[in-house]
Amino acid sequence: MIQTEPGRLPVPLIEMRDISIAFGGIKAVDSVSVDLHPGEVVGLLGHNGAGKSTLIKILSGAYRADSGEILISGEPVAIASPRDAKRHGIETIYQTLALADNVDAAANIFLGRELLTPWRTLDDSAMEAETRKVMGRLNPHFRRFKEPVKALSGGQRQSVAIARAIYFNARVLIMDEPTAALGPAETKQVADLILELKKQGIGIFLISHDLHDVFDLADRVSVMKNGRVVGTARTSDVTQDEVLGMIISGKCPAGAVPGPGALRG
Amino acid sequence: MTEVAPAQAPGQSTRSLADRLREIEFDPRMIGMVLALAVIWLSFDWLSGGAFLTPRNLWNLSVQTASVAVMACGMVLVIVTRNIDLSVGSMLGFVGMVVGLVQARLLPELIGFEHPATWLISVAVAVALGGAVGLFQGALIAYLAIPSFIVTLGGLLIWRGCAWWVTQGQTIAPMDSRFKPLGGGIEGAIGTSASWAIGLVICALILIGIAFARRQRRRFGFSLRPLWAECAIAVISCGAVLGAVLIANSFALPAAIARRLVEAKGQAWPEGGLTIGHGLAVPVLLALTVGVAMSFLTKRLRFGRYVFAIGGNPEAAQLSGVNTRKVLMLVFGLMGALVGISACISTARLDAATNSAGTLDELYVIAAAVIGGTSLAGGIGSVTGAMLGALVMQSLQSGMVLIGLDTPLQNIVVGLVLVVAVWLDGIYRRRLG
Repeated sequence: MIQTEPGRLPVPLIEMRDISIAFGGIKAVDSVSVDLHPGEVVGLLGHNGAGKSTLIKILSGAYRADSGEILISGEPVAIASPRDAKRHGIETIYQTLALADNVDAAANIFLGRELLTPWRTLDDSAMEAETRKVMGRLNPHFRRFKEPVKALSGGQRQSVAIARAIYFNARVLIMDEPTAALGPAETKQVADLILELKKQGIGIFLISHDLHDVFDLADRVSVMKNGRVVGTARTSDVTQDEVLGMIISGKCPAGAVPGPGALRG
Repeated sequence: MTEVAPAQAPGQSTRSLADRLREIEFDPRMIGMVLALAVIWLSFDWLSGGAFLTPRNLWNLSVQTASVAVMACGMVLVIVTRNIDLSVGSMLGFVGMVVGLVQARLLPELIGFEHPATWLISVAVAVALGGAVGLFQGALIAYLAIPSFIVTLGGLLIWRGCAWWVTQGQTIAPMDSRFKPLGGGIEGAIGTSASWAIGLVICALILIGIAFARRQRRRFGFSLRPLWAECAIAVISCGAVLGAVLIANSFALPAAIARRLVEAKGQAWPEGGLTIGHGLAVPVLLALTVGVAMSFLTKRLRFGRYVFAIGGNPEAAQLSGVNTRKVLMLVFGLMGALVGISACISTARLDAATNSAGTLDELYVIAAAVIGGTSLAGGIGSVTGAMLGALVMQSLQSGMVLIGLDTPLQNIVVGLVLVVAVWLDGIYRRRLG
């Protein structure tokens, strides 16, 4: 999947170029460019309302950008709907989890991509069997396959949402505040999962407003403020305090590549 | 994420009963509804001095339930998607008038009076017109984002007005003789031997279904229902089917008609007379067919899965790649097509098309769905429940007529039952949900 030309960097798995979107005159995302390589974890940081979630919703097909382009392995693609994004192997774990509370885990995992019998009816048994397999990997103690996900605990719901994203062999995983609702042990498990997926060559966008969650896991961080990129840096080139400065004041340190949103002067 | 199913120390006993029932896939709410129906039937039978639980009354009850039951199947889906359809009664009036016009005025001129295809064309027109009206309303709701309450409230006024407009208020009668059986009555009873045949076929299908589901679960190594539960379900379902056939068959035709039937076959009418049973009624079979088809659609097809997912979390369904607008429009289209079927049943039963047909039906249909356990908050409901709800509503009404309650008092009772039923359902959901 990695195309290498002599003397140049490998083509990024995902490249978002000059993406802008406005809601009622307010520019939620303003000429943002970010990229992601295979097996790389890129942290998207910023305050609430900085435009992180809006940016990734454009990548996952929930919103359409007003301008800018998205390239997958160097090829420009049009992502007009969540279905398009999934077709390109982009899976998303939303902050709200986006689960239908009234149906069971299998129905949620396969929602929109149901397994069918030869007679075009739902193959519930096959879906339940697959659900047991994927959930067994994420949450071995999970037994409540027949209950609506409303009845599950926060951690169990989270694993259903993660299972839905990783089951379909994603190339790119977007995780929006994946640990916001979790306790320390569960947070650790999500971190382990991210490292495992990274090893498989999956590119991961990790969105968080909490610096500490991201810093240890991410290879690079892009910081957003007021809809614009303050700067992008390798986590090895900057300190946590410097990144904190980027988030709070928009000041770009020496170790980072400044973006259009960087404080000037 | 390592959590085991949370321990529920307090309230363990109630919880485990519901869980155990769910494990063997018995829905406790459905059992509650059947019990409620039994209480209503026994009370009315007692109050009316044994006039309620007679083959005649139960047969009539089943025929009277058919029209509302058919529409309730569609209303479940509408309410599950967090919408409402207030226009079904008026739509029924409008579609009924058009059907009357088509078969009593239009088709006799085109293909001849009492043509064998008249009834079929009429039904097709009704379903197509109802479906088109439903799709149109659905498109306004789904694509123009006008609240369904408003669109269908407008529809309630508009289609009732249109129903008058079709003939400037004139009633059209009579209907085609092959169309009339759709409404029941003597010509709409299929006879005893055909009823037994249908009953046995249904029983066979039930047994095959149970065996197939069991094989499927074994294939994937899932836990199986205990064998006694499986057998109990089989015996109860088949018993109910054959019992219904038995009751319908023991409702005798009037002697004069029975005699005409016998003589038409060229046989002699015996000295002491002869009892010939009605058998199952066509509208009841039609309603049951619709119920089975809609149940299949909601449980086994992708479309039904999407309807419930939209009801549970519209945003999640959309983010999962479900075309929520299209599904929503189709739900209203389906509702309209079912109104078309009900319009045929009502028109045939009355043997006339009148512009007031279906007045207040929207309320009975919504009440049937809600009594049947459909949650107005969306995401929860079942076709079987709605059909049972329709039967509960009709039992109350027929029973009150039978014991001679005044009409205003009937309305008061129905209203109270609706409110109390939803209250009890809410308590049940909070306790055991």
